[in-house]
Amino acid sequence: MNEMKRDELAMEVVLTAGKLMIESGADMTRVDDTMYRLAKNAGIKEPRIFETTTGIMMSAPKSKLTRIEPINERSINLEVVSRVNDLSRAFQRGELSLEEVDERLNRMKTTTPFFVFPWQLLAAAIVSSTLLVMYGGSFLDFFPAFFAGGIGYAVYWYINTRFKVKFVSEFLGALVIGLCASFVVRFHLGTSMGMITIGAVMPLVPGVPLTNAVRDVLAGHILSGISRGTEALISACAIGFGIAVVLRFF
Amino acid sequence: MNLILFLIVNVVFCYMATVGFGVILNIPRRGLNECGIVGVIGWLVYVCIKDCFSSSMLANLLAAFSIGMGAMFCARFKKMPMILFNIPSLVPLVPGGQAYRAVRYFAIGKNDLALSYLVQVGMIAGSIAVGFFLAEFVSQVYFKIHGYSQQ
Repeated sequence: MNEMKRDELAMEVVLTAGKLMIESGADMTRVDDTMYRLAKNAGIKEPRIFETTTGIMMSAPKSKLTRIEPINERSINLEVVSRVNDLSRAFQRGELSLEEVDERLNRMKTTTPFFVFPWQLLAAAIVSSTLLVMYGGSFLDFFPAFFAGGIGYAVYWYINTRFKVKFVSEFLGALVIGLCASFVVRFHLGTSMGMITIGAVMPLVPGVPLTNAVRDVLAGHILSGISRGTEALISACAIGFGIAVVLRFF
Repeated sequence: MNLILFLIVNVVFCYMATVGFGVILNIPRRGLNECGIVGVIGWLVYVCIKDCFSSSMLANLLAAFSIGMGAMFCARFKKMPMILFNIPSLVPLVPGGQAYRAVRYFAIGKNDLALSYLVQVGMIAGSIAVGFFLAEFVSQVYFKIHGYSQQ
């Protein structure tokens, strides 16, 4: 009976770890590796785990346990990925007990440090303006891209956190960037609308789903790879539509 | 003189852009510096090959390959997952210019020109993926030989 309880707790821990990692944007090889390591060190015999970007299924045939964990939201927070991975290593080395791992995983979402919004905004503005110069834009467009990128990212961030609609946020962010660039050029504060738009759109590019899609497909997690690739494609299309609306009507 | 200025601007700005993207993705603070260095290496490879051989496919492929290798060494050195160093470094390689032109020609109804730019976007994305794949392959072989330890 006691062993049964322990296996149940172990499965709970493994599933929470997997869920946290997939929600934060880890690649599937890493998730797989961490979950199997946790399960083996927690004493589950012959664990069987099947994970996709939208859910995890796990069973332990020896103790007749099966669990399903749906995953509904996906955000990007790579620090969580790193921390869950470190936690599983510490558990493997025997520095933490199963109960401690469980407790830390449950607190993970609130204890992980996060760059506050002003820092993110500054980072987005810097990414926009520096990439503009790197792509061969003129230094005259440095500050227009700085502000357009910042405003666009603020709109994207606000809609994403407040209303939680994924693709509309990219569309409106790109739309606002296009409007900013078009007005800046019309009032002769910048020289090239194209370069300002290209630079300012960069912080919205779906880098994590794109990279993970390639990695997952190569590692044999074809289902996850295709679903991530589709997500990245729709994000990219949303950005394109936002810019196209501006180019068509303004 | 002009060349030196060009290189300094590229190195400094690429470092800032990569670290900035790292902040947006919330990379652990102790990995941000390495992240910037990998990004600079990738971008320098891209710029050099693009200017010397005027081939944007080869440049993207080799840049993605060197980013993959750099990320692998940083991951082993810092004992952190590889994707922390990969993702922000790859962002400057995104074919933004071609994608913008494709969207613009679609918007004004010149579909034939737009399609040719779209094909270019696809080919550049494909060459980045192949470079990435090669780096992944080399790292797999490396781990097979030296044993799969912490990364």
